[in-house]
Amino acid sequence: MNIQEVQNEIIEEFSMFEDWEERYQYMIDLGKSLPLIEEQYKTEDNIIKGCQSKVWVHAELKEDKIAFTADSDAIITKGIIAILIRVFSNQHPKDILEANTDFIDQIGLKEHLSPTRANGLVSMIKQLKLYAIAYQTQLN
Amino acid sequence: MLDLKKIRADFPILKRQVNGKPLVYFDNAATSQTPQQVIDVIVDYYSNYNANIHRGVHALSQEATDKYEAARHTIQNHFNAKHAHEIIYTSGTTESINLVAHGFASILQKGDEIIVSALEHHSNIVPWQMLCEKIGAVLKVIPMNQDGALVMAEYDKLLNNNTQLVFVNHISNALGTINPIEEIIEKAHQVGAAVLIDGAQACPHIKPDVQALDVDFYVASAHKMCGPTGVGMLYGKEAWLNKLPPYQGGGEMIAEVSFDKTTYAGLPHKMEAGTPNICGGIAFGAAIDYMNAIGFDAIANYEHELLEYATKSLLEIEGLKIYGTAKNKTSVISFNLDGIHPYDVGTILDKLGIAVRTGHHCAQPIMEYFKIPGTVRASFAFYNTKEEIDALVAGVKKAKMMLS
Ligand SMILES: Cc1ncc(COP(=O)(O)O)c(C=O)c1O
Repeated sequence: MNIQEVQNEIIEEFSMFEDWEERYQYMIDLGKSLPLIEEQYKTEDNIIKGCQSKVWVHAELKEDKIAFTADSDAIITKGIIAILIRVFSNQHPKDILEANTDFIDQIGLKEHLSPTRANGLVSMIKQLKLYAIAYQTQLN
Repeated sequence: MLDLKKIRADFPILKRQVNGKPLVYFDNAATSQTPQQVIDVIVDYYSNYNANIHRGVHALSQEATDKYEAARHTIQNHFNAKHAHEIIYTSGTTESINLVAHGFASILQKGDEIIVSALEHHSNIVPWQMLCEKIGAVLKVIPMNQDGALVMAEYDKLLNNNTQLVFVNHISNALGTINPIEEIIEKAHQVGAAVLIDGAQACPHIKPDVQALDVDFYVASAHKMCGPTGVGMLYGKEAWLNKLPPYQGGGEMIAEVSFDKTTYAGLPHKMEAGTPNICGGIAFGAAIDYMNAIGFDAIANYEHELLEYATKSLLEIEGLKIYGTAKNKTSVISFNLDGIHPYDVGTILDKLGIAVRTGHHCAQPIMEYFKIPGTVRASFAFYNTKEEIDALVAGVKKAKMMLS
């Protein structure tokens, strides 16, 4: 699936939730169930300081696609990370660079990507894109 | 007894809905809400007599100057300063502290010592660190204990003849601890040190008497006591303010200027360069009038009641731990749910229309002490109610259910 298709799939999933509680419970459960990153990559180097919750990001090139793993110490942040990873991981660097995150608005989680939210997610997306730039240069 | 119905009607924002729920505002320690009486003063200023002060012969300028100076007197009376010119308008607590730190840069010498407390707002530690670095002075810290109270026996040991300045907050913003500033001031004076008290968190709850305290400097922000943002004050004893050099160069602070020499204006203008926040200063006075009309004793009693009620109700939730359990504290509760990140709790509460603060509350040293990433902080004001606390408790229970 390409990035757009994954985003559409997520939008569809979220459209079944009736209210914020169901949406949040889903994210919390996502955040709880997934081991998102291997412990060895939870290093100071991979940390993105978001003031309140911490986010770790690790990237690896697998053939011509980037595999991302990430984690957070806050569970709701981790749930959103799980969604973002699903969208951006195992995609071509070029597609990652071109993709936007408007779907977050459509699934009712816009406030979490506000630049002033202090949860590290905005910096995380920036970091994903920086990895994409780096790997694209490497691939060329 | 407070007439809560009447008081709440004074605050238009309390009628608001957030995320479809009635707003429960428990972030008062970050900024307080503004009553209509103060909003009216702001509107009146811009509608009727907006003008620059201290420099016009025209009627509006005179009117604005009179109101601005009258507000200075209101602040003077409130803090019981001996002279009106001992009250310096600033943009807030942060600027007030920086003003004093800047002044001490020309007084301190290498090897001099400054004492701060472990309970400080960390942005307020920075000016002293910068100062010490520049001068080669030494910064010492009064430690705290598990309750979040200062260890006064350690303070005694830190004081010596090299101590020039002691800087402590009256009340901690992260934990609500009321510090024994009377004792701190008296002991500092015994070794000849000056004392600066950060009253940002105290002034919404307590009416300090700077003469009775015999404090050298006392600072506060209007926005935490029902006033507007961007205005605050520095009280300094006349002798100290005369001793400190001007903070900034500019209009208002000069008497005569030539290219050879400039003579500075007297107090308070020496410290107030440029066009100030005129409307803010006037509204600060109105906010103080508003709070005094309700009465600080009545406010303190009622807030204490809210604190006890909230503490008891929250502690009934299993796995909830309160940080800051000093005997003397104001209506601030900093807490965590076992194994749950404060950010997650705050996010769920926000969805329920409940405004709390989460994070380290600009007091990272305190969080490091407790080895936690932060807390959820609910801080109550005199316009809050027990019903709102019930909503908070229900919200925390819901957050716990969803998150664990
Ligand atoms: C104890 C304390 N000091 C200083 C400040 C800073 O005040 P302001 O931002 O109004 O300058 C605060 C505000 O949070 C505070 O709680």
